Amino acid sequence: MQTRKKYIFLTFLASWLLLFFFGGDQLRRFAFFSGRKAEARRNWPRWTDRTLLRSFADPEELQRDGDPALLSPRERRASWLSAYRSSRCRMETCFDFSRCERHGFKVFTYPQERGQPVSETYSKILSSIERSRYHTPDPEEACLFILSIDTLDRDHLSAQYVPNVDEKIRGFPLWNGGRNHLIFNLYSGTWPGYTRELGFDIGQAILAKASFDTQSFRPGFDVSIPLFSKDHPQRGGDRGWLYQDSVPPKKKYLLVFKGKRYLTGIGSGTRNALHHIHNGKDIISLTTCKHGKDWEKHKDTRCDKDNVDYERFDYQELLHNSTFCIVPRGRRLGSFRFLEALQAACIPVLLSDGWELPFSEAIDWGKAAVVGSERLLLQIPSAVRCIHPERVLAFQQHTQFLWDAYFSSVDKIVHTTLEIIKDRLSPHRSRSRLLWNALPGGLLVLPDFSTHLGDFPFYYLQHGYSPSKKFTALIRVVSQAGSLSQPILRLIQAVSGSQYCAQVGGAESCITQCSFQGSSGMMGLSAVEPPLCVLPPQLSDRFLPFEAIQTDAVLSLDEDTSLSTSEVDFAFSVWRSFPERIVGFPTQSHFWDPEQGRWGYTSKWTNELSIVLTAAAFYHRYYHSLFTEYLPAGLRELVDGLAACEDILMNVLVAAVTKLPPIKVTQRKQHKEAPHSAPAKAKGTAGSRRFSQRQDCLNQLADWFGYMPLVSSQLRLDPVLYKDQVSVLRKKYPSLER
Amino acid sequence: IMCASAKYNTRGPALIPRMKTKHRIYYITLFSIVLLGLIATGMFQFWPHSIESSSDWTVEKRSVHDVPVVKLPADSPIPERGDLSCRMHTCFDVYRCGFNPKNKIKVYIYSLKKYVDEYGTLVSNTISKEYNELLMAISDSEFYTDDVNRACLFVPSIDVLNQNALRIKETAQALAQLSRWDRGTNHLLFNMLPGGPPDYNTALDVPRDRALLAGGGFSTWTYRQGYDVSIPVYSPLSGEVDLPERGPGPRRYFILSSQMALHPEYRLELEALQAENGESVLILDKCTNLSDGVPAVRKRCHKNQVFDYPQVLQESTFCVVLRGARLGQAVLSDVLQAGCVPVIIADSYILPFSEVLDWKRASVVIPEEKMPEMYSILQSIPQRQIEEMQRQARWFWEAYFRSMKAIALATLQIINDRIYPYAAISYEEWNDPPAVKWSSVSNPLFLPLIPPQSQGFTAVVLTYDRVESLFRVITEVSKVPSLSKLLVVWNNQNKNPPEDSLWPKIRVPLKVVRTAENKLSNRFFPYDEIETEAVLAIDDDIIMLTSDELQFGYEVWREFPDRLVGYPGRLHLWDHEMNKWKYESEWTNEVSMVLTGAAFYHKYFNYLYTYKMPGDIKNWVDAHMNCEDIAMNFLVANVTGKSVIKVTPRKKFKCPECTAIDGLSLDQTHMVERSECINKFASVFGTMPLKVVEHRADPVLYKDDFPEKLKSFPNIGSL
Repeated sequence: MQTRKKYIFLTFLASWLLLFFFGGDQLRRFAFFSGRKAEARRNWPRWTDRTLLRSFADPEELQRDGDPALLSPRERRASWLSAYRSSRCRMETCFDFSRCERHGFKVFTYPQERGQPVSETYSKILSSIERSRYHTPDPEEACLFILSIDTLDRDHLSAQYVPNVDEKIRGFPLWNGGRNHLIFNLYSGTWPGYTRELGFDIGQAILAKASFDTQSFRPGFDVSIPLFSKDHPQRGGDRGWLYQDSVPPKKKYLLVFKGKRYLTGIGSGTRNALHHIHNGKDIISLTTCKHGKDWEKHKDTRCDKDNVDYERFDYQELLHNSTFCIVPRGRRLGSFRFLEALQAACIPVLLSDGWELPFSEAIDWGKAAVVGSERLLLQIPSAVRCIHPERVLAFQQHTQFLWDAYFSSVDKIVHTTLEIIKDRLSPHRSRSRLLWNALPGGLLVLPDFSTHLGDFPFYYLQHGYSPSKKFTALIRVVSQAGSLSQPILRLIQAVSGSQYCAQVGGAESCITQCSFQGSSGMMGLSAVEPPLCVLPPQLSDRFLPFEAIQTDAVLSLDEDTSLSTSEVDFAFSVWRSFPERIVGFPTQSHFWDPEQGRWGYTSKWTNELSIVLTAAAFYHRYYHSLFTEYLPAGLRELVDGLAACEDILMNVLVAAVTKLPPIKVTQRKQHKEAPHSAPAKAKGTAGSRRFSQRQDCLNQLADWFGYMPLVSSQLRLDPVLYKDQVSVLRKKYPSLER
Repeated sequence: IMCASAKYNTRGPALIPRMKTKHRIYYITLFSIVLLGLIATGMFQFWPHSIESSSDWTVEKRSVHDVPVVKLPADSPIPERGDLSCRMHTCFDVYRCGFNPKNKIKVYIYSLKKYVDEYGTLVSNTISKEYNELLMAISDSEFYTDDVNRACLFVPSIDVLNQNALRIKETAQALAQLSRWDRGTNHLLFNMLPGGPPDYNTALDVPRDRALLAGGGFSTWTYRQGYDVSIPVYSPLSGEVDLPERGPGPRRYFILSSQMALHPEYRLELEALQAENGESVLILDKCTNLSDGVPAVRKRCHKNQVFDYPQVLQESTFCVVLRGARLGQAVLSDVLQAGCVPVIIADSYILPFSEVLDWKRASVVIPEEKMPEMYSILQSIPQRQIEEMQRQARWFWEAYFRSMKAIALATLQIINDRIYPYAAISYEEWNDPPAVKWSSVSNPLFLPLIPPQSQGFTAVVLTYDRVESLFRVITEVSKVPSLSKLLVVWNNQNKNPPEDSLWPKIRVPLKVVRTAENKLSNRFFPYDEIETEAVLAIDDDIIMLTSDELQFGYEVWREFPDRLVGYPGRLHLWDHEMNKWKYESEWTNEVSMVLTGAAFYHKYFNYLYTYKMPGDIKNWVDAHMNCEDIAMNFLVANVTGKSVIKVTPRKKFKCPECTAIDGLSLDQTHMVERSECINKFASVFGTMPLKVVEHRADPVLYKDDFPEKLKSFPNIGSL
């Protein structure tokens, strides 16, 4: 008994001392805190003669900067060109800018050769390029070339490995040492090293590759792309899984991982250690050893237990219910897990040292992911616990923004790659990092329109701007008469009566000159105070980015629209609150028709709306540019062919950009429907054909976008005192109630 | 709080000895090991601190010339050349930095020594003025530690700012003999003028093995992305000349070139530009016939005209910064200081702090080959953007260029952000000038989401003792289809809420929370019981809202989840006579607030109200028992920059704002008090965040000539 007590006492003492030993640092700080305070911190000395010290370089030397007469810039550039090749390529040494000058940024894809197997994923990539507005069938025009040889999988053990690429490439007359070529790759190298070896010489070609490592990445030249599966949708893509913003995050788990571990070989270190942070409560980290055929040979002592635990949780369930997801390296640096976590709004915690993150040239990953270090795995739980709930919410929303803007479809991944390269061609006309990392994302912001944030409808609040206080009215006139009809005159008068009207423009089919002053030659118009401009006829192109439109707001009108000045004024005041949306009068809506399995379209009076007709609507002038430049010509032709449903396309486009419904404002009386838009009984069959064409159009657009971007709204905005029982004299817009 | 106190052992979990073993020897051995360990620790910790530094630091007032001299034998080791493949995860020992609650790295500075070679000749100047300033700044910063054992980053006091001022091999030897050198791991060198004739390398030529380099003038080939830091070349003129900030706008010249040592080829191109575009382009050169005593560096000439430098930079919109022999140019700093937009023509140059600064917002980068097109490129930039770039350029100078201190701290912060990425400074904090930070908002609910209708909303009723009226409200609200839970906040401490059996029976859960104090802010507490995003705040006397109106209000909130969506609207006005804000509850054509006696909003704002309300507003509201709704309107508008949404027509509310003064009718003192609130809050927020709008939301078919029974919300405006 006695001895036992003594032992226990001794053990106690020992463990106390152990504690002191390990925690010595903290204890020491605690115990000697006062002592150390008295002894001042030993700072860098204030030298008595510090003001007399000499400068690191005398001003002459700084301004003269060596002897520049040595090497002329041209010679120096020439010497770079030979020195910095292949693995040291940069745009200025390996890319021929002159090819892009004449025709702009055009992309040529090599024609498919017969008997050349192309994987599903690569054909998706090729078709994304062919669908893009940059595609050209003419190699003479091209600035960038894409091979038809499938280079995605360069693991020579894989079934999709294409042999003898080197020989084939050398046979291409356009190859030119790889200059101005873009090569896509998802997998490189093979077991056991999984190196960056592609199995052929890419020469001076730009490499867009998944799992890029920082050391072989040629900054400003290569592009790192995410790893995506062969089931990744071609266009549209599923939306993210974040449906509600809650603070603190209402998720069951804090941090999860479920995946294989490799036991041996490259990448196994990190994954084999993941079980250390598993606590069975809010941190779930599960690994299975079942990997490959002969895993049992390498099996370690934990394997059996791990394999059992592994089966107890479902990957999808974990993904849905966790705030953070560990995304460790696999054999290669990137994994499918990364995009899966991003879509699930499960904040990726990256454990993949030396990975050049996807599109890192554009995307600020610090806003959407926690970039951990493989070496500090054990710090991860405490680090993520310390992230404030508001920041978690911001992270979650940012994952969704990035997913939706750049990753949700093959189209987006490929187009982002192209835009990044295009931005390099003229640095002064490129997107700043801010544009890439704020809604609605870089793909939807065209630097060719402007590089000034205030010119776009998206950044007013973020940057403390406000939209201009004037608008331009754009009236489309299709009637053949050489003179203006009464309704148009009335409309022009009503619109120009608005205090906010800056100018009125009309696209007319019979007048071809454009003048910016009130054209006095036209009857009755000399009195119009805002300048009137007549634009040349472009039948279906009402949404061209007309030079004459200088205001942020455009009021788009048809010649037979009838509006009063106060309607215009009120609608404009509403638009200033919602400058990124379409704000207008007559509306229509879409719905899913389960019987026919397609989208339906109705112009009847309903409790909802999702389309505002551009026969009378305010929107931002940027949408003209987006409509004309962003949408590929093929799509616009399609729309022209289908009964001029360009107004539906405009609504679909704006909804795809904003993800929000348009806004309907008060109308004085029932708006006179544009003759083609309603299946009016009087119009009979012609009307209903029109109607079904518009329905077709809606379905084709949904197909082209890959989803239905339109969003429905249940509200209308009225003046604050609309139809309230107060004196008319108190009301600002009394005429709207008549 | 939990995080700040959390201690983590990077070595992994400590072993705890098991109690059951009975072997005496085991314990004795263990005990003696521990004892020895203790003694060793004690020796180490209580001993006068390491031999290397203590004596050097004790004397405060000393001259640079008195520092100890170290002789470097000719055969002392030289480090390897810089390793181009180094990255943080390969060459940096992150274990030295550890996990700490402040997420700050610790930086140690070696004490100053004078290095001489075998023959007693100096290896370099002991220390330059700028390097001394830089080290002083680090030493005064919160990164600094004087304990070499706890340091994560080491800064040698060997001055390598200017490669021309040092002997390469001997400097390298001096580096190698530093006490913690260890192949340069975690060592940081600062260099501004790299390379030397004839080929002018773009990185410091001193062999430095794995040391990080903060260098001015990196090219893309020498810069190790994510490892090195690109820093500016400091211009000593920054300290000498005070250029007051000039407002943005057009200036006398459009393009100005002020560099003296341009290569003739460049100068020819610039002169061609001038010939083409005349007066708006000014190409300056050094002055040839200056009288004695005038410093040549402070003058520039064009033909016979003499200009003061750097003042002349303020006369131009764009200033050309061309590469010289080196890529990094001190003129960049002068140009930024003058608020002139730099036009950077230096292919493959890594701009200063490019890891964090968005140079596209402050400069124009033009490829060398496109120099002839410079004029048209610059002309195509919108005037408003030029003004912003001017402001941005000046801000970059003020924040990151103006002193060696600014350069040092930005460099350390960048390295710090790599080591603690989850605590890194954001893009906005690095890049937005103070003016933008003030005028802009960053909406915490920025993602355009329309929350699913199925989620429903939680009604929160604040009540004191009006049980009868409360029960009527509960009954009315419970008829709304999307109600998912009802929460009664019982704010009366002297009286118990009615027994369970007395409460109305409703179809959704009803919870009563009792509060510890009768405070108005209890209404906005983020109770755990609120499980939906949408909260309906409703007073216990609001019985005039129909079920359709409430349901419609919820639908409107779903379309505007980041706004306050409410029923009675109010307005603030500027009273020109009194020169202050005034509260208005009359029938106006505009609204800027909604009363929270009946309003939908996101639960996130409860969180903000309770924990992030600026100043003393929260206490003020609780003390005065008034204006909690105005405070909420201010808070939401301030953080989102958006207006409220008023729904449905105006109706005669039974003075919804009178609950605080219980029953008394709307009177003059009440209005005065509300006006005071607005003025008080506007001064606390430092701005008037409320937005005035002219619209309200009604159902699509409201008052339209359409069968009522086909409308989704027929019963609106009826009571």
